[in-house]
Amino acid sequence: MFRHAIYAAPKALFLAALLMAAAPGVMSSASAQTLKFGLAEDPDALDPTLARTFVGRVVFSALCDKLVDISPDLKVVPQLATEWSWSADNKSLTFKLRPGVTFHDGEKFDAEAVKYNIERHKTMQGSQRRGELSAVTSVDVVDPLTVRLNTAAPFAPLLATLTDRAGMMISPKAGQALGDKFATAPVCAGPFKFVERVAQDRIVVEKFDGYWNKANIHFQRIEFRPFIDATVRLANLRSGQLDILERLAATDAPGVQKDAKLKLGSITEIGYYGITINIGKSDKAKTSALGSNAKIREAFELSLDRNGINKVVFDGLATPGNQWVAPNSPYYAKSSPIPKRDVAKAKALLKEAGNPNPVVNLVTPTTTDARNIAQVVQAMAKDAGFDVRIQATEFATSLNMADKGDFEAYILAWSGRPDPDGNLYSFHGCKQPLNYSGLCNPALDEILNDSRLTTDMAQRQAAWNKAAAIVVAERPIIYLLHRKWLWAYGNKLQGFKEYPDGLIRFAGMKLG
Amino acid sequence: MTRFLFRRLAILLPTLLFVSIIIFGLQQLLPGDPAIAMAGEERDPETIAQIREKYHLNKPIHERYLIWIGGVLQGDFGESIRIQLPVSQLLVEKLPVTIELAVLSMLVALGIGLPAGMISALYNGRWPDYVANVVGLWGLSTPNFWLGIMMILLFSVELGWLPASGYVSPLEDPIGNLESMIMPAFVLGTGIAAVMMRHTRSAMLQVLSSDYIRTARAKGLREKVVIGKHALRNAAVPVITLGALEFGQLLSGAVLTEQIFSIPGFGKLIVDAVFNRDYAVVQGVVLCTATAYIVLNLLADIAYFLVNPRLRA
Repeated sequence: MFRHAIYAAPKALFLAALLMAAAPGVMSSASAQTLKFGLAEDPDALDPTLARTFVGRVVFSALCDKLVDISPDLKVVPQLATEWSWSADNKSLTFKLRPGVTFHDGEKFDAEAVKYNIERHKTMQGSQRRGELSAVTSVDVVDPLTVRLNTAAPFAPLLATLTDRAGMMISPKAGQALGDKFATAPVCAGPFKFVERVAQDRIVVEKFDGYWNKANIHFQRIEFRPFIDATVRLANLRSGQLDILERLAATDAPGVQKDAKLKLGSITEIGYYGITINIGKSDKAKTSALGSNAKIREAFELSLDRNGINKVVFDGLATPGNQWVAPNSPYYAKSSPIPKRDVAKAKALLKEAGNPNPVVNLVTPTTTDARNIAQVVQAMAKDAGFDVRIQATEFATSLNMADKGDFEAYILAWSGRPDPDGNLYSFHGCKQPLNYSGLCNPALDEILNDSRLTTDMAQRQAAWNKAAAIVVAERPIIYLLHRKWLWAYGNKLQGFKEYPDGLIRFAGMKLG
Repeated sequence: MTRFLFRRLAILLPTLLFVSIIIFGLQQLLPGDPAIAMAGEERDPETIAQIREKYHLNKPIHERYLIWIGGVLQGDFGESIRIQLPVSQLLVEKLPVTIELAVLSMLVALGIGLPAGMISALYNGRWPDYVANVVGLWGLSTPNFWLGIMMILLFSVELGWLPASGYVSPLEDPIGNLESMIMPAFVLGTGIAAVMMRHTRSAMLQVLSSDYIRTARAKGLREKVVIGKHALRNAAVPVITLGALEFGQLLSGAVLTEQIFSIPGFGKLIVDAVFNRDYAVVQGVVLCTATAYIVLNLLADIAYFLVNPRLRA
C-alpha cells in the first residue's frame, strides 16, 4: 500500500508534466527485428584503414566482411575468401575469392578490389594498417576470383592478420570517391549497410539484401548506442532499451546470472594484463632496482599472487597467466608454467641482491581495473619488502611515458591478436614499436624471426616455447592475467556465440 | 543604453581572440602526444609521422595557431582526428542538444529555486523556511551521478515509465524527446535550484529589511505589490547574475549527467576529445562555450538595465 502510494503520486506528476497518455513510445519504438546494441564507448573513424579502437571493430563486424575470419577455437575460416594456400617458399599467399559477392553500392567484389584494399591499407596517409601489412610487397590479380599477396620473406602471421581490419574490404568506387572522408559513409561487403551516425549517440545499420549469406541474417536493423558507464549500460538492458551489451563489468556478472530475464556470455580474451618493466628502454632502467637486477624482478614476480589479483579485481572471472597467451590457449608454452607465490623466496632473493626494500615506481593508467591491479600488487609486494609507489596517470600521458622510457614499471593491457605473433613480436623484438621494456636479446630475436618463416604450426609452437623460456626468465613483462569478455543479453536473443577476439558474428543471431 | 551596448560589443572580438589564444596555448601544456594517442595499439612509427604531418603537429605552435584561427574565421573549425568528421558538423549536432538540456534544466531550476527562495525569505524562521532549507541542502549535497543512477533505477528499470538513457531528436518524436530529457534536466536543475534558492532567499531578506520596503508598507501598499513590484525586482539582480553564470556553465556541457543519460551534448564530446588529445574538437567546443559565456554575460547586463532603473541613468 505504502509502496503503491509512493509510486502513484510522482507517476501522476510525471504524466501530467509530459502531457502524454501512458508512455507508449518507450517500449514500442523498436520492432522485433531491430537489435539494440549497447557499446562501451563511441567508436572512432568507421574506415577500416584508419580505425584503431576495439569498439570500432564491433561495429565493423556488422558492416565489413573480411577475407578470412576466426573460429571460436582461433582457427582461420573462410569469409570473403573461400580457400587459400601458401607457395612452396612461403613467400606468397593465394586466395580464391567467393563468387557473386557485391559491396553495398552494388559494385562487384573481385581480385581487383582486394588489390585496391591492400594497397589502400599500405599507402593511405595515416593508415593504421601499414605496420600490419608491411611484409606485403605486392598484390597480383591472377584472375577475377584469385588474388596473390607477395612478401619479400616468409611471413606466417599474414593470414591471421587478414582476419581483422587489414582483411576488411571496402568498395573501391566508394573509397576513391570519398577518399579520407570514407568514414562518413562507409561502403563494405558485410551483412549490414550503413544508414547514419550521430557521434556519441548512435550508429544505425540495416540489412543488406545483396549479402552473400543473407539467409542467416535475421535482423532488419541494428542500432549501436554508446553507454560509457557500465552501470548505466546494464540499467538500459534491464529496462529493455537494449537487447545486448558488450563489456559487462565483472562485478555485475553475478547479478546478471541471477536475473531470470538475462543471460551472460563469456570467453577468455586473446589479450592480457601485465606489468612492463623498463630494463633497457632508457637510462632510467639503470637506476631502477627492478630494471637493473634480474633477481629483484624475480622476487617481484614471486611476491605476487595472480589468483588473489583475479579474485579482488575481477571477481575471479579472469584467467591468471604468465605468458602472452592464456594457459587454456592452444599456443601456451606448457614448458614455462605459472610460478606460485613464494614470499620467503622473494625475501631471500632481495637479500641476495643486497636490496631488501627496493622502491618500485609503478605507473598505471587511471582505468578502474588497472588502478585496482596496482593497489593489489602494491599490497602483495609489500609482504616481500617492496615499497611500491603507484603513479596513476591518464592513459594518453602514460603511453607517452612508456614510449620515452620515462617509467620503471607500467601496467598495460593488450587487446590481443589471434596469431600469437601479434602478442609477441612487437613487444619483445629488438627496437620494435611496442617494446617498451627495451629488451633486446639476440637469441630471442632470432627465435621470433624464425617463428615467422614457417607456416608449420608445430615448428612455430616449438619456437614460441623457446621464446617463452627466455621471456619468463628475463621478465620484460610480468604477465598477470587474461580477462574474460563479458556480454549480457536479454532472453529473447538467440544464437549468440562467444568469440575470443571479443567481436560479434551476427549471422545466425535472432530475437525470438 | 546604445552606447553601453556598443561598448560591450566592441570588446567582444578582442576578448574572443584572447580566449582563442589561451585555449590553444593551454592545450599544448597537456602532456601526451596526440599522434601517439591516435596511432592505435600498434603505434607504427610511420603512421605516427603521417598523423603529425596531416594535422600539422610537426609545425611550430604559432604556425599551428594561425592555421587554426585562419580556418575558424572562415567557419572551418578543423577535423576531429578521432572520428574524422568536421568539428563544425559535431558542433552543429551537439549544440541544439546542449541548449535544450540547458534550457530545460534552467526551467527546472527557476521553477523550484525562485519560489522556494521567496517562500523561505517571506517565512523566515518559520517552518516553510526550514523545509525549503532542508530541500535546498539536499539539492546541493546530492551528487548528480548518484541521483541520476537512482532515477534510472526507479523510473526506468523498476517502473518502466521513462527510457533509461539515450537521446531522441524533438524533430523525430517530440514526446520521446521530452521523455529522454526529463530525468537529466531534473538532475541538473535540482542542483542549480538549490543554489538559486539560497541566493534568492538572501537577496530577498536583504531587500525586505531595507528602508524603502518599510516605507512602501507604511504607505499602505498591498503586500502583493510590495513583494512583487518593489522587493522581487531588486532582489532579482544577483539572481540574474547567478542564472547567467549557471546557464553558461550548462552550455559548456554537463559531463557526468550527459554520460549517465547518454545525452550526446558538449560534455561528452569534450571529455572524449581531451582524453584522445583531439585538439581541434577541444578548441572548437571551448571557443563555442566561451562565446556563449560572453554573450550571456552581455544579456545579463542588459537584464540589469531592464530591472534596475538606477542603471539606466
